[in-house]
Amino acid sequence: MEIELRINGSAQKLDVAPQVSLLDALREYLGLTGTKKGCDQGACGACTVLADGRRINACLALAVQYQGREITTIEGVDHPLQEAFVRADGFQCGYCTPGQICSAIGMLAEHKEGAPSAATEHLADTGGELDETEIRERMSGNLCRCGAYNGIVSAIKEVAK
Amino acid sequence: MKPFSYLSAPDTATALRTIADSEDVKFLAGGTNLVDLMREGIEHPATVIDITRLPLTGIEELPDGTIRVGALVTNSRLAADPLIRTRYPVLAKAILLGASAQLRNMATVGGNLLQRTRCMYFYDEASACNKRAPGSGCDAIGGFSRGSAVLGASEHCIATHPSDMAVALVMLDAVVEVESVHGIRHVPIAEFHRVPGDTPHIETALAADELITAIELPPVPAAAHSSYRKVRDRASYAFALVSVAAALAVEDGRITEVRLALGGVATKPWRAHIAEELLLGAEATDENFARAAAAELAPALPQSDNTFKIDLAQRTVVAVLRKLNAERSAS
Repeated sequence: MEIELRINGSAQKLDVAPQVSLLDALREYLGLTGTKKGCDQGACGACTVLADGRRINACLALAVQYQGREITTIEGVDHPLQEAFVRADGFQCGYCTPGQICSAIGMLAEHKEGAPSAATEHLADTGGELDETEIRERMSGNLCRCGAYNGIVSAIKEVAK
Repeated sequence: MKPFSYLSAPDTATALRTIADSEDVKFLAGGTNLVDLMREGIEHPATVIDITRLPLTGIEELPDGTIRVGALVTNSRLAADPLIRTRYPVLAKAILLGASAQLRNMATVGGNLLQRTRCMYFYDEASACNKRAPGSGCDAIGGFSRGSAVLGASEHCIATHPSDMAVALVMLDAVVEVESVHGIRHVPIAEFHRVPGDTPHIETALAADELITAIELPPVPAAAHSSYRKVRDRASYAFALVSVAAALAVEDGRITEVRLALGGVATKPWRAHIAEELLLGAEATDENFARAAAAELAPALPQSDNTFKIDLAQRTVVAVLRKLNAERSAS
C-alpha cells in the first residue's frame, strides 16, 4: 500500500504491506533507527514515539493506521531532557534511552494537562506535584535493563522543575 | 504476521456492512492486543477493518444521569475525565492501574472489553488450549498455574480475564451498547463476558457481525466513594494476581449499600454477589468483611500454584472495605 506518514515535521511516502508496524516502517523503510525494537509486544517501551504529542508503543501500531498523524521520533527531538539524561547518568547501554526520552516528553505533557496516575492520591485533584513516586509510576512503561532508573528519575525531576 | 487486506472504515454503516458481508474479518482499534495476537499467529483474520476514524469518541451525560462513553475513547482519556474521576473513582483507578501510559493512550474502551487472556498456554502454540484450538485440551490444568483462575473455571479452561477496567464496570452495572446491520442491542456487562464452561473459545456475548459502539455508566451515587486495589508481582505495569473493586455506604454503623467485584481470580470479571448479600444491612466490621469474603471464595477451586489467591483475595477484600469505611468515618 502507498501511504504517507508525517514524521518529525516532514511528509514521507512509502510502500508498505498493511501488517508492517509503525516501528518497522520507521526503522526498516525510513532508516530512522533511533526508535528501538525491544520486545516487539508492548512490554518494554523501547519503541515509544509520539503521535500528535501522545506517547505510544510503535511496535503495536500498524503504519497504515497512522496516516495523517504527526509522528515524532528521537531524531526529531530537541529537548532539555536529552542533556539532563547525560548529566544524571540516565543510561548505561543507551538502548532504552530514545524510548525513555520520548516517553518522558509525553509524560510531562500529560501531567501538565492534569492527567492523574495510579500514584495520584486524590484522583479528583489536578496539578499535583510531580514527585519521585509519580515519576516512577508514570514512567513504568519504559524498562531499563541496565537499571539506570535512579538517573532517569533524577533527569526527569530536574527538567520537570 | 499473516498478510491481510486492510480497510479503513469511513463510517459505522460501512464497517457494519463489511463485517456482515464477509468472512473472517476483525475490527482494529488501538491494536494493543489484536496486533500482538496477530503477530503471534493466534489471530489471523483475512481482512482487518480499521475503525479508528469512526465518530465513537464522545463522553456525554444523558438526561437521566447516565454517562455514555464512546467505544473509541482511549483508556487514558476516560481515566482523566473529570466526571469519571469524581463520580466513579473506582473506574479511573482501575484503568490507571492497568498496562502502561503508552498502552492506555492507544487502547480503547471497546477493545479493553474484548482483550483476550494472557494465559501463557493460550499464547504458546505448542501447548494444548481449548480457547485457541477448541477440543485440544488445557495444559494450564496441571501446568504452571500461578496466574490461573480459582473462580468460574471449568475442566476445559482456567484462564483469567485480564482486564482491570472491566472489573470496575461489572461493579458499576455498566451496559455495553453493540450494533450490527440488524440494529442496536444493550447488553448488561454481567452478561457480556462468559465463563468458559465447555466452550472456552466463546468469550463474550458479542456476535460475529457486531461492533461495540459505547458503554453506559448508570448513576451510582455510592460509587463516589469507591476504590480499586490491585495486587501483583511488581509495583506497576503487571497483570493482577488479585484485584478488588468496591463501593461502600454506611449509616449508623450499618452497611446500606455495597458493591464488590474481583479481578485476577476468575475467568470473567467477577461480581461478588454472595459477599454483597451477606454485607448488606450488616455492621461494618472487619469480622463481617472477612466472613463475606470467605463466603465469596468458598466455591474456589485452586490449582497447585494458585491456592494463595484464595487467601489473598479475602485479605484484599477486607483491606479495601476497611479503608473505605475508615475514610467515610473520617470525612
